[in-house]
Amino acid sequence: MGKLNRRRFLKGTLNGGVVTVALPFLDCFLDDGGTALASGAPIPMRFGTWSWGLGMSEAIFVPKKTGAGFDLPTEIESLAPVQQHINLYTNFHVFKDAAPNLCHHSGWVLLRSGIAPMTPENRPGETIDVTVARKIGNATRFRSLSATATGDVRDSFSYENGNSVNAPEWSPLRFYQRLFGPDFQDPNADEFTPDPRVLVRKSSLSVVKDEAKALDKELGVEDRQRLDQYFTGLRDLERRFDLQLTKPEPREACAMPLKPDDPPAGLDADLVAVRHRMMTDLMLMAIACDQTRVFNIFYASAFSATIKPGYDKPHHTATHEEAVDEELHCQPNVSWFTRRAMEEWAYYVAALANFREGDGTLLDNSLIYATTDQSFAKLHSIEGIPMFTAGTAGGQVKTGLHIDGAGSPGTRLGYTAMKLMGLDIPQWGDKSNTTAEEIGEILV
Amino acid sequence: MEFPLLIRRCLRHGTNRWLPVVLLSIGLGACEQGPVEPADSASPLRVRLMTGQQYANAISEIFGADISDSVLPPLPPLARTDGLLASGATFVGVTSDQIQQIQQAAASIAAKVVDERHRDYLIPCTPITEDEPDAACAARFLRETGRLLYRRPVDETTIARLTTIADEAAEQTGDFHAGLAIALEAMLISPEFVFIVDASEPDPAAPDKERLDAYSLASRLSFFLWNSPPDDALLSAAESGELHTEEGLARAVDRLLASSRLEQGMRAFFDDMMAFDEFDSLAKDPMVYPMVTGATLADAREQTLLTVIDHLLTRREDYRDLFVTRDTFMSMSLGAVYGVPTEHGWVAYEFPEDSPRRGLLTQMSFLAAHSHAVRSSPTLRGKALRELFLCQKVPPPPPNVDFSALEDAGDVPTARERLDVHNTNPACAGCHLITDPMGLSLENFDGAGRYRATENGAALDITGELDGMFYDDVAGLTAAMREHPKLPYCLVNRLYAYGTGGPVSLRYDRDILDYLVDVFGVHEYRLPELLREIATSQAFVSVRPAEATSMVNASAAAAASTE
Repeated sequence: MGKLNRRRFLKGTLNGGVVTVALPFLDCFLDDGGTALASGAPIPMRFGTWSWGLGMSEAIFVPKKTGAGFDLPTEIESLAPVQQHINLYTNFHVFKDAAPNLCHHSGWVLLRSGIAPMTPENRPGETIDVTVARKIGNATRFRSLSATATGDVRDSFSYENGNSVNAPEWSPLRFYQRLFGPDFQDPNADEFTPDPRVLVRKSSLSVVKDEAKALDKELGVEDRQRLDQYFTGLRDLERRFDLQLTKPEPREACAMPLKPDDPPAGLDADLVAVRHRMMTDLMLMAIACDQTRVFNIFYASAFSATIKPGYDKPHHTATHEEAVDEELHCQPNVSWFTRRAMEEWAYYVAALANFREGDGTLLDNSLIYATTDQSFAKLHSIEGIPMFTAGTAGGQVKTGLHIDGAGSPGTRLGYTAMKLMGLDIPQWGDKSNTTAEEIGEILV
Repeated sequence: MEFPLLIRRCLRHGTNRWLPVVLLSIGLGACEQGPVEPADSASPLRVRLMTGQQYANAISEIFGADISDSVLPPLPPLARTDGLLASGATFVGVTSDQIQQIQQAAASIAAKVVDERHRDYLIPCTPITEDEPDAACAARFLRETGRLLYRRPVDETTIARLTTIADEAAEQTGDFHAGLAIALEAMLISPEFVFIVDASEPDPAAPDKERLDAYSLASRLSFFLWNSPPDDALLSAAESGELHTEEGLARAVDRLLASSRLEQGMRAFFDDMMAFDEFDSLAKDPMVYPMVTGATLADAREQTLLTVIDHLLTRREDYRDLFVTRDTFMSMSLGAVYGVPTEHGWVAYEFPEDSPRRGLLTQMSFLAAHSHAVRSSPTLRGKALRELFLCQKVPPPPPNVDFSALEDAGDVPTARERLDVHNTNPACAGCHLITDPMGLSLENFDGAGRYRATENGAALDITGELDGMFYDDVAGLTAAMREHPKLPYCLVNRLYAYGTGGPVSLRYDRDILDYLVDVFGVHEYRLPELLREIATSQAFVSVRPAEATSMVNASAAAAASTE
């Protein structure tokens, strides 16, 4: 293939005349507030999600005190180093209304979509990260990124619609290659030579879009929706091509990480932690390099099958088969799994809080929304399902608080998060989960 | 046994018991007494996303295995739907993120196709000069390759537009091949490539009915039998109209069945039916099962696939015998689990007559995949036995289930005593009685599939019952499984869904499934014969209208009147 250079690019561009090199100044740039980088460019707003499986042991998880300076019961004592960066939300409810209580499904789906699912396969609406990404995810190479610590490509709490799950990155090596492979444009590189092929690539999409439209005409309603979705995806691809023609803003915190080796498969808690940290570190660099502004990290699945070496029950089985120890106020092995999850949540928050960027850290302009699938997994209870946030969303959110929801809808937190991300929505959620009330206690 | 076409068609209407009669009396109407396909049998039009493996096979067969191997298929994971991942492909949508990955894979593939190592044999012409556009050569490549990628001829307007893209890109880059790659990229992200879209046309033999058009039929046949797109010969048979004649279709199906690619296709089917995707993330606790590594589990999956292919395709034996056969294959790492000395590589192996190992249920793939990481699970095994091989659905546990009795069971040595708690609690017993009795009969095999005579020092009671068939041991369970009436039905159900591209409809498909089960019996439960019957059935090519509620009754009435 012939070498490309600036002269040939300009010659080609002028001769070709198929498209103009309108370097895009997308509307979404205007949404981004926050403090500035050394270069003077604003730090973009970011939204992340984090998830763990199988809830909590209420008696040793929920602090006695609310507000600032809350106590850390034993199950969450590992959060001490990051307590000033997080909020803990307890005594919020999700409501299934007429829908069945679907074990390990209703809880997470409600907190991510605001809607109660009707069947174990049902994924109603779209998840909050998808909604937010549509608002703040248009100026980066990836609209959003998802990664799982389980090594299982099926583990995701992010979907565009019932049939379209955002599959997570499950292999650190593959994730690295996707982020920092040949298509990576180093924002700090001195030279920027747009690839002339991108222009033609973009114009070739019109042929593909016409093919999608032609197929569309012959199909039934559901298949047409799938083709329409494909068409929308092609339009999104056009936008990403535009971005490749724009010199990226320098990102002083961005540095190519070393290529990782994949850990072995398996759900041993130590192995999951290793994978979680590798994925977190890669994701953080993707954020620092402004490859995405919306990101999902999945620590454990709803039916978490994480294992404790030497103990004969995986996490989910243990929640149902281990007796509650009345003295310890918990199922001891189940609590061991929850503590491991909290250690990883603490790692994740600390990693963001310690990642220097400009005169602050990656966490400063972020809001992380962390959820689970049950409150008390033993009984498949979803009442009082616990949630966390981390970060101040550019100084808009107070942190270090324990908020008692007094039985109000858990969807209030998702609603608050979306408002903070600049979405102009009058309300969020379905039926009893509908809310138009932000959690005012956390707002600055 | 191979029969000439005429006798085979007659066999479809007779039974093997009557074979001598059939042979003597062809033309006398004797063969009309056997199973008859329902007169109005038909299947719906579907839009399937290619599966990851189908994508990989397509790239491999069109451009070569080295190019296919260099790219991870950029397609989303599928939701298992009525027992098959493949059926999930009929419903799955493609997210924006996924399209970006499809584009990245397309760019990577296209760059390799035109590079100096590949262009001489993948591009059928040489440009006039390397650094300028050559519309004629580009159009020729795009026309020929596009036909294979889109699985039908690409219309000339699209070829012209893509040729313009190739020319412009060649102009921009000063490189003919770089330009061609951009046009190829467009084809590789086209929905015409990544979706398998059924199209229909009026059936000339029945003016009020629709049938698959010939190219859709070609795709349906080749994805069914090869798990890959149609090759040049099959597309030519579609183009000439041959596929829409009875003889032409039979000839094409026989060619597909005789091809070595049939093995690739059937491996994909059984891998799907047996839910072997679980192996992609399966692991065992190394403290409990130190001899089970990732390589061991990969070999367990392969062992069963080798057994299935050898039994069903190579030896053409009775499907039901897969559940009692002592024949299998052994590798070094599996030898450690089975306690069998073996050589390097895969070698054929027959378990001794007194071995408890017989059939798929006693292979490591089944035993280990349906266990926990740290222990065996009679419930998971019983559930898998029913759902995977008998197409029965085991309900999920109720959300408010009370496990206190289970906790109070104390330190009991074996799973039977632990699970006995379920059976004394009416809320649990309903479902656990469906799964546990047959799962408990496999308790001589631990969570990794190793044989154990006792558990925690206690003798194991492996007696049990499968839907009214009582037995004393593993051999009894596998024999009961072999005789289970749902066993052949389930294979027919899954194969028919797999072939027609989506889950069967109990409302519309009952008659055709009953017919195919009868035919499977006529052929002594031999897989290749069943594949031939499905592929050449009327149901495979006739299109059921989207709203065909009234047709079912009409169909049943017509079938009844024929009989």
